[in-house]
Amino acid sequence: MTTPHQPEGTLVSPEPQGQPQGAAKDPSRRAFLFKLSVALNGLVGAVLAVPVVGYLVGPALKRDDAYKSWVPLGTVDEFPEGETRLVDFVNPVKTASDGMTANVSAWVRRIQGQQFQVFAINCAHLGCPVRWFPQSRLFMCPCHGGAYYEDGSRASGPPERGLFEYQYEVQNGKLLIHAGQLPTLSNEACNHGAPQKPLTQIEPATSAAADTESTGTDTRTEA
Amino acid sequence: MSRLIRTATGLYNWVERRLGIGGPAIDAATHPIPRSSASWMYVFGSAATVLLVLQVVTGILLALTYTPSAGDAWQSLQLLNHEVPLGWLLRAIHGWGSDFMIAIVLIHMVQVFLFGAYKYPRELTWILGVFLLLMTLGMAFTGQVLRFDQDAYWGLGIGASITSRMPVIGGPAVHILLGGPIIAASTLSRFFALHVFVIPGLLLAFAGLHILMVLRLGVNEWPMPGRIVSKATYDAEYHKLTHDDGVPFLPDAAWKDAVFSAAILLAVLACALVFGPFGPGGQPDPTIIETAPRPDFAFLWLYAVLAYLPPELETPFLFTAPVIAIGAMLALPLIAPTGEKHWSRRPIAVLMVTVIAVALGAFTKLGTYTPWSPIMNAWSGQTTPAQYLNGRSPLERQGALVLQNKQCRNCHAIGGVGGQRGPALDSIATRMTEDQMIRQVVQGGGNMPAYGKALSASETQALVAFLKTLRGPDNGTPATDASRSLTKAEAPAAPGQ
Repeated sequence: MTTPHQPEGTLVSPEPQGQPQGAAKDPSRRAFLFKLSVALNGLVGAVLAVPVVGYLVGPALKRDDAYKSWVPLGTVDEFPEGETRLVDFVNPVKTASDGMTANVSAWVRRIQGQQFQVFAINCAHLGCPVRWFPQSRLFMCPCHGGAYYEDGSRASGPPERGLFEYQYEVQNGKLLIHAGQLPTLSNEACNHGAPQKPLTQIEPATSAAADTESTGTDTRTEA
Repeated sequence: MSRLIRTATGLYNWVERRLGIGGPAIDAATHPIPRSSASWMYVFGSAATVLLVLQVVTGILLALTYTPSAGDAWQSLQLLNHEVPLGWLLRAIHGWGSDFMIAIVLIHMVQVFLFGAYKYPRELTWILGVFLLLMTLGMAFTGQVLRFDQDAYWGLGIGASITSRMPVIGGPAVHILLGGPIIAASTLSRFFALHVFVIPGLLLAFAGLHILMVLRLGVNEWPMPGRIVSKATYDAEYHKLTHDDGVPFLPDAAWKDAVFSAAILLAVLACALVFGPFGPGGQPDPTIIETAPRPDFAFLWLYAVLAYLPPELETPFLFTAPVIAIGAMLALPLIAPTGEKHWSRRPIAVLMVTVIAVALGAFTKLGTYTPWSPIMNAWSGQTTPAQYLNGRSPLERQGALVLQNKQCRNCHAIGGVGGQRGPALDSIATRMTEDQMIRQVVQGGGNMPAYGKALSASETQALVAFLKTLRGPDNGTPATDASRSLTKAEAPAAPGQ
């Protein structure tokens, strides 16, 4: 880039007829080449962005069901009727360096016979682990004081809905749940492939609404 | 000796001839500032910079031992605390340095706001400063995650739950945040990358630009009531202040910055030595549910706000309040680039700082003792005060047992001990009649669960019999149903009833 205009100018004057057009357009040719190089880099950048962005959003591209599989929680006999017990299981999706974080807990309530409710441990408010108190038949959350009845419906506090419930099945006397991802308001543990509620929609947290939700789960699972 | 000096000068000149930053650096260090700006009120920005350097250095040292793997991180923190020589002290300095940095950045911001230093021509300096504040808080949150204990694990759960409330993209956003379906190895790895590469890189770049602009535009003059900032005259006025009456930054002001920074560094070191490192708390094992997760000090106010918001307001609040708050901070210098700088002529500015400080302070204070949370072991761990049992009938004592056994005290205090979620019950009988108590216990309401299914009729009877004896320290008058006496008075008139 040493004084580009001087040599060009000297070139133009001796041979005005020889290359009049090319010489006159020389500066614009350089400008064009520069624009071309910018465009080329833009193109390369766009191509490179595909793997970069794809890598970053990769975890979001999987469908929710792709993370889930049926996890055995034990034999039905391990859960006395009318009681709610804590179970631990290993998340079906795990990596070598997950360590103890691959473990997950859930509350299993055996209503009677083959009729269960399996609740995610995570409070529907902000995901803290709820604790079961059999004496008062309540789940209580240590973070912001959410409380739930034994059927998982909302009792009081900041949660706007009942506890998340896993889909379950009883096969050959074994209790299985469909699990694999952290339940949150947008990744409910159990969605049955039904269209998900828009998240902005906040329903008044009546226990009646929560009741129908949980009983709905039972009937569908039994059917 | 003179030969040594000659050699050193020669060496400097050789390097300076080639590198050429010595001259500009001396010019920058000795640039003229208004005489009034060589003040103890102008030392917070440099202290924040020094703390940033401290955090970078101690952070790199911690990274020599820390293992950013979900399965090993907690163990590597134990190693730092107990095995690696002085590892505990470096963790403590890094942790306390973080708290000090947030505090100094906030003080710096308040000072700049009250002194009107964000006004013309320093608008962009302020805007970059807002991003520096956000990045400092981002470092605090990601740093808390790297201290991979129970609080970190469930703090991530709270982060994921908040993210999941985003309309439409909530689900995918949670997966991107966690790097997978659950809080696990990839989650910690991405927070490590954020804390160690992404945010510090941006932070250093922004801090560099921020300081460059301070040098370019000059240190703000001490504001005077009535000295109005106008875009037409400010530059000339400032030039006069710096060149006619100015002093060189080095040494006239710099010594105060240096002394204050040294004091802050010593304070960090003292806190680190006396109070030691933060945690780690319990192992990040999701199956250990006997835990009461709590965020670090800087986020306690948010934790409290999330407890007090009505459920239906929570999601709208979470996604509009930060936008409004950050938007307002960014827009401030663009909306008010001129006018009065002095706080005594800006009452609304002073009021805003006061209200925000009091609100943040009050919520932080509440966050330290979480009155909204049930105390999970109050029912089994706290005794019933003896004076509440003396002279009570068997039925009433049975009721006292029900009160313990049914976890009532997790939310209700008696004798000053127990949860504060619900009202204390020491004088409940002076406020509620028997019928009202039965209704409240059985049906719940007003944020209390209904106990109808958890209590038998006889348990309810005993419980209410006990509650009726709780009439406060001075044995106040029992609450009465005003209509009851009317029906009793009319009773003889209708004997058939």
